[in-house]
Amino acid sequence: MTAPSLKIRETAILESTHFQKLLDGLIKRGYQVVGPTLGEDAIVYDELKSVTDLPIGYTDEQEGGKYRIKKQNDKAFFNHTVGPHSWKKFLFPSELRMWKAKRNGNTFRFLTDNEKIKKFAFIGVRSCDIHAIFIQDKVFTGGKFADPHYKLRREGIFILAVNCGKAGGTCFCASMNAGPKVSSGFDLALTEILKNDRHYFIVEIGTELGAGILHEIPYKIANDEEKYAADIVVKKTAEQICKSMDTANIKDLLYKNYEHPRWDDAAKRCLTCANCTMVCPTCFCTTVEDVTDLTGEHAERWRKWDSCFTMDFSYIHGGSIRSSAKSRYRQWMTHKLATWIDQFGTSGCVGCGRCITWCPVAIDITEEVSAIRESEQTTEKKTTEGLEEQRS
Amino acid sequence: MIKDSNPMLPAQFCIQWVRKETHDTFTIELKSTNGTHEFPFSAGQFNMLYVFGVGEAPISISGDPSKPEVLKHTTRSVGTVTKAISKLKKGDVLGVRGPFGSYWPLEDSLGKDIVIVTGGIGLAPLRPALYQLISQREKYGRIVLLYGARMPEDLLYKKELEQWRGRFDVEVKVTVDSAKGNWRGNVGVVTTLIPRAQFDPLQTIAMICGPEVMIRFTIKELQNCGIKTENIFISMERNMKCGIGLCGHCQFGFCFVCKDGPVFRLDRIKAIFGKREI
Ligand SMILES: Cc1cc2nc3c(=O)[nH]c(=O)nc-3n(C[C@H](O)[C@H](O)[C@H](O)COP(=O)(O)OP(=O)(O)OC[C@H]3O[C@@H](n4cnc5c(N)ncnc54)[C@H](O)[C@@H]3O)c2cc1C
Ligand code: SF4
Ligand code: SF4
Ligand code: FES
Repeated sequence: MTAPSLKIRETAILESTHFQKLLDGLIKRGYQVVGPTLGEDAIVYDELKSVTDLPIGYTDEQEGGKYRIKKQNDKAFFNHTVGPHSWKKFLFPSELRMWKAKRNGNTFRFLTDNEKIKKFAFIGVRSCDIHAIFIQDKVFTGGKFADPHYKLRREGIFILAVNCGKAGGTCFCASMNAGPKVSSGFDLALTEILKNDRHYFIVEIGTELGAGILHEIPYKIANDEEKYAADIVVKKTAEQICKSMDTANIKDLLYKNYEHPRWDDAAKRCLTCANCTMVCPTCFCTTVEDVTDLTGEHAERWRKWDSCFTMDFSYIHGGSIRSSAKSRYRQWMTHKLATWIDQFGTSGCVGCGRCITWCPVAIDITEEVSAIRESEQTTEKKTTEGLEEQRS
Repeated sequence: MIKDSNPMLPAQFCIQWVRKETHDTFTIELKSTNGTHEFPFSAGQFNMLYVFGVGEAPISISGDPSKPEVLKHTTRSVGTVTKAISKLKKGDVLGVRGPFGSYWPLEDSLGKDIVIVTGGIGLAPLRPALYQLISQREKYGRIVLLYGARMPEDLLYKKELEQWRGRFDVEVKVTVDSAKGNWRGNVGVVTTLIPRAQFDPLQTIAMICGPEVMIRFTIKELQNCGIKTENIFISMERNMKCGIGLCGHCQFGFCFVCKDGPVFRLDRIKAIFGKREI
């Protein structure tokens, strides 16, 4: 079939029956194709060989502290939102050997793993998670020292994005300017349409590479009506989002309130289980473990995800800097929403809602912010009222 | 494949000698195992020292910045890694990553009086600054070193302290928290030395390193003397796993102590310094 050539920002139509060809095109090009699939009673990210690996006909229901998957009466591929995994597990593995070394008399010899990472193709990346990847780019590669392990995995990934067809119960991407519409950073962006027995995707072209891959499979150029249908889908999703965070002056708000009583309140509920940091697509903290074999001749250094919720995290000789739960919850939230801005020029939160869903006691970062903000406003109001009383 | 420029991979340095400073503190001199390799650094910076199979610890460089052919570290043995370093002998090899972090503002302090206040092992990261100040003595105003240790036996670098104290152009005052019979020097916390030191507060740059409480009280005392916050520099300590801004452990409010510090100009962190559990 000879299709017209595709340009960046153009939109095409891909029938769901040809979706496998898209995966095949990526596999043929040598990508390690990963995306949503059923597992662990949740929709997780793992290798995709076939379109049937997708969670076809499944959706998820989420609220604070609750997540469940549910079978539906349709054939939708992407009618779910984000689950317990995020793409950081591929770009920034939870456990990584940084090097191994062998003793050689008095000296030792370092051996870096001759890591050959097959380039990743990410299937079904949501807008919030694209933002999260770009935030981690700043963390791992934006400073004086770049993380070579991250760079190795990050360079040359293929992003097949999906505009969300429904909002999860804990999503608040819109107020974080991170969704639900995919706006940049993708090779191809899909909107899934199931209508009158027809199942197809409206595909926006993001890069030459994306155009090239789509060009190899049957597609047609989208007409105005079809483009409009795609817009309606994300608009509807945006309307479904019921949570939001007011980020106006949030840095100053939190900097001013290191001693706010709300931190004590949160600490009473918080189990310091670190779930929020593990599921968060931007949290980047790690620790290292040094190990040797029984002979003591071989040593390895491993890097593992860590969390500011543990006591060890801030330990220095004599004790932990942040020994109270209050200070650890405060570190987490203040880092996500305030200090991150000073450190990396962006918020550390994209509003994906994972930390709310996966918190065993349903602590909600948006509610914690509004509690602090509201009490601020009442005290501010009181002071202005007070001033006025004084004046009158 | 990950190339040689990997900042996570230690370079190998061979121990030239080990000198016991006190019952738990020792200095080592290191040379690169690949012979000619120099190790340029600025006074106040630190390295991550790796003991084979045991682990890494951030340790300040305590040698002379004008002698980059050797690397010196003074370490107090307190836990797993530092104890393992203390067991190493001449000829043993240590992994080194660095130099990392910010440094003392020596270039920006030309013509000024310099007041250095240190406690305990805190003298180690300031020794490079003292070497540099003294070797360029004519470029600075008065130089004052105030040093406190727990007991006379805990004083580091006794020979050098005596040499510096013997000069007419450096004021060295030492104190200990407590002492037995034959100590003729000062007894009391290091802050008690400040009012007696000679410097022009409006023309002074102060550099402080020691336990955080000691830093807090020293700042108060220096401010009482009229030194402005922007002329006070402190070196901070936090848990560190990477030293290069990637592991998150050393966070101190909006700062990463490993890359924005360890040396901070006080006015830049005054909103958070001294606040509990930040
Ligand atoms: C910038 C900087 C410069 C330093 N310079 C020196 C120096 O010149 N000489 C010296 O003797 N010590 C110095 N220290 C302190 C030294 O790093 C710790 O004593 C050392 O990390 C303790 O490790 P350990 O395995 O022996 O102790 P353990 O108690 O077994 O360590 C357990 C964990 O706590 C961490 N930890 C414990 N104490 C400290 C601490 N004080 N600071 C940071 N992390 C700590 C360790 O890294 C490790 O993760 C410096 C610390 C920093 C941050
Ligand atoms: S803080 Fe919560 S909502 Fe924000 S990005 Fe992390 S997991 Fe998502
Ligand atoms: S919130 Fe905590 S775990 Fe997450 S990046 Fe910040 S310090 Fe690390
Ligand atoms: S020590 Fe890892 S970020 Fe500072």
